[in-house]
Amino acid sequence: MDGAYTQAAQALPAPRLRFSRPRRRAWLGSLRGSEYAWAVAFVVPYCGVFLAFVAYPVVYGLWLGHAPSLYAELFNDPIYQRTVVNTLLYVGIGVNLKLFLALLMSGFFMRRGWWIKGLLLIFVLPWAVPALPTFISIHWMLNGQWGLLNNFLWNVFGIDGPGWIETSRWLALGTVIVSHIWKWLPFWTVILLAGRMAIPQELYDAAEVDGATSVQRFVYVTFPLLANLYLVCTLLSTIFTLGDFNTVFFVSGGGPALSTHVLATLGIRNAFEVARPELGVAAVMSALPLMIPLIIILMRKLRTTEVQL
Amino acid sequence: MNTEVINGRSVRREPHYRLRRNLTEAAAVGFGVVITIWTLVPIYNMVAVALESRGDVFTNDIWPAKPSLDSFWIVATQGYWYLEYFWHQFGNSLYVGAATVFLTLLIGSLVSFSIGRMRLRHGWIVSNAALLTYVIPSSFLAIPFYRIMQKYGLTNDLWSVIAAEVTFATPYAIFIFQQYGVSIPIELDEAARIDGASPIQVYLHIYLPLMAPALVAVGTYALLLAWNEYLYQFLLLSSKKNMTVPVALAQFLNSDEAPWNYMMATAIVYALPPVAIYYAFRRRMTAGLTMGGVKG
Repeated sequence: MDGAYTQAAQALPAPRLRFSRPRRRAWLGSLRGSEYAWAVAFVVPYCGVFLAFVAYPVVYGLWLGHAPSLYAELFNDPIYQRTVVNTLLYVGIGVNLKLFLALLMSGFFMRRGWWIKGLLLIFVLPWAVPALPTFISIHWMLNGQWGLLNNFLWNVFGIDGPGWIETSRWLALGTVIVSHIWKWLPFWTVILLAGRMAIPQELYDAAEVDGATSVQRFVYVTFPLLANLYLVCTLLSTIFTLGDFNTVFFVSGGGPALSTHVLATLGIRNAFEVARPELGVAAVMSALPLMIPLIIILMRKLRTTEVQL
Repeated sequence: MNTEVINGRSVRREPHYRLRRNLTEAAAVGFGVVITIWTLVPIYNMVAVALESRGDVFTNDIWPAKPSLDSFWIVATQGYWYLEYFWHQFGNSLYVGAATVFLTLLIGSLVSFSIGRMRLRHGWIVSNAALLTYVIPSSFLAIPFYRIMQKYGLTNDLWSVIAAEVTFATPYAIFIFQQYGVSIPIELDEAARIDGASPIQVYLHIYLPLMAPALVAVGTYALLLAWNEYLYQFLLLSSKKNMTVPVALAQFLNSDEAPWNYMMATAIVYALPPVAIYYAFRRRMTAGLTMGGVKG
């Protein structure tokens, strides 16, 4: 996931970069005979990996999930219908809320002060710790009877907290979204922070001289310059979140009563617990109408920004 | 951006400026406290549960009544039947991580050298294939990937996991290397070529040494990816001796008599190496991650 960092950062408008770019970056003249053979040989290992472990599985997956009857079966399944709603809510709310908070947090971390740097080190901890231990911890923490949260509510306020993940679908789904934000907010904050730091201070000084308030500085300087980065982050995060398996699997486990599955977890469940791989592939493939436009826009965006660099 | 940036230069502000600045600073400190609590609560819970002295503790305490390090000792000595191969599994995770790093760096740097420096014709096709791999969620490929590993006869084999991790780490490596490679003067390659160096010599003696910062950044990324990834390791590894730590950790969830304190202790031992690596290489990693785009 960290890869998004560069991809997203590339989208930054940075006019300065054009001057630092070397005019010529390829070897002079055409490659001589043996050099051409070397160049081809250097690409062969990656092509092998791509064909054996990406192209083949993709084609095989398409073949597994090609029967129309599978989709009829899926669409009539109430669990699947709920899963689609969950996926849309999880991705729609999770991604947008997370990135909006990341935008605000990155502004906060632009402050000067000795303790802000230390706070940032603490704040990135959820990103540094592997997903599995923390999600298991959150799962245990939210246990209705013995979890830390309800113990705290009882001891301090005398409130009997609800079973956060065992009782209601909406409570459990909300918990999953909050856990997702907890885990990934630091990552996107750091990206947007890097984006903000790349904006030249002179622009703010000029706006200051012209009497711009802090709100105006954000609206007329920061946001226009961050907009492209923000958009690329949103697209990347949407795709990553769509494929996110760990959060739902470990925080709610798809429960209560299979009501909080998302497509990524339902696909794995169908394939390995229900032992019907073609049905699992079909569940995952039903996300394609949403994914293909995203992938096309994203690839175009990433490619053009790469050229600009 | 904030009032303090221009603080030093503009003393002649409105009279309430100092008061207002103090109020904003106080609000910022308050907000900082909230963020700290929000960030640390799940981690605090991990530590608190691991320090419980009994596994079936269903107490109403916020902090264990009798904190003890027993569960860490149990993990270290493999003193529970779920943990009988813990250090072996730890070694498996290390093995997968090391192999992933090596192969990712090797394959990624060869491709970016060929496409970025030697300008292989139609190299853009390979770049686009990598880009496409990067934007496909790995969990969506898991089912056919598992079936194909069965066909290759690699199930319950650490190499199937290594193949998966390398597949998903190389696209990122290719991008970072191509971005970073732009900053290395092409004239160095030219000079070596005129002196009669073969492409493999240019790659080994000029390209790789100058790419060291990018190699460190991508290596760290690949290591953390392989160590932290769960789904593929869970699907592809089934026997206790071949499991990696995250799979063994999730095994606890299958148990009815869940010894939660042992599980959290295992989780902490598992999380410590990546956290240490993350903080040790943070500067390097951030530099590596930003060098392609933000810094130019």
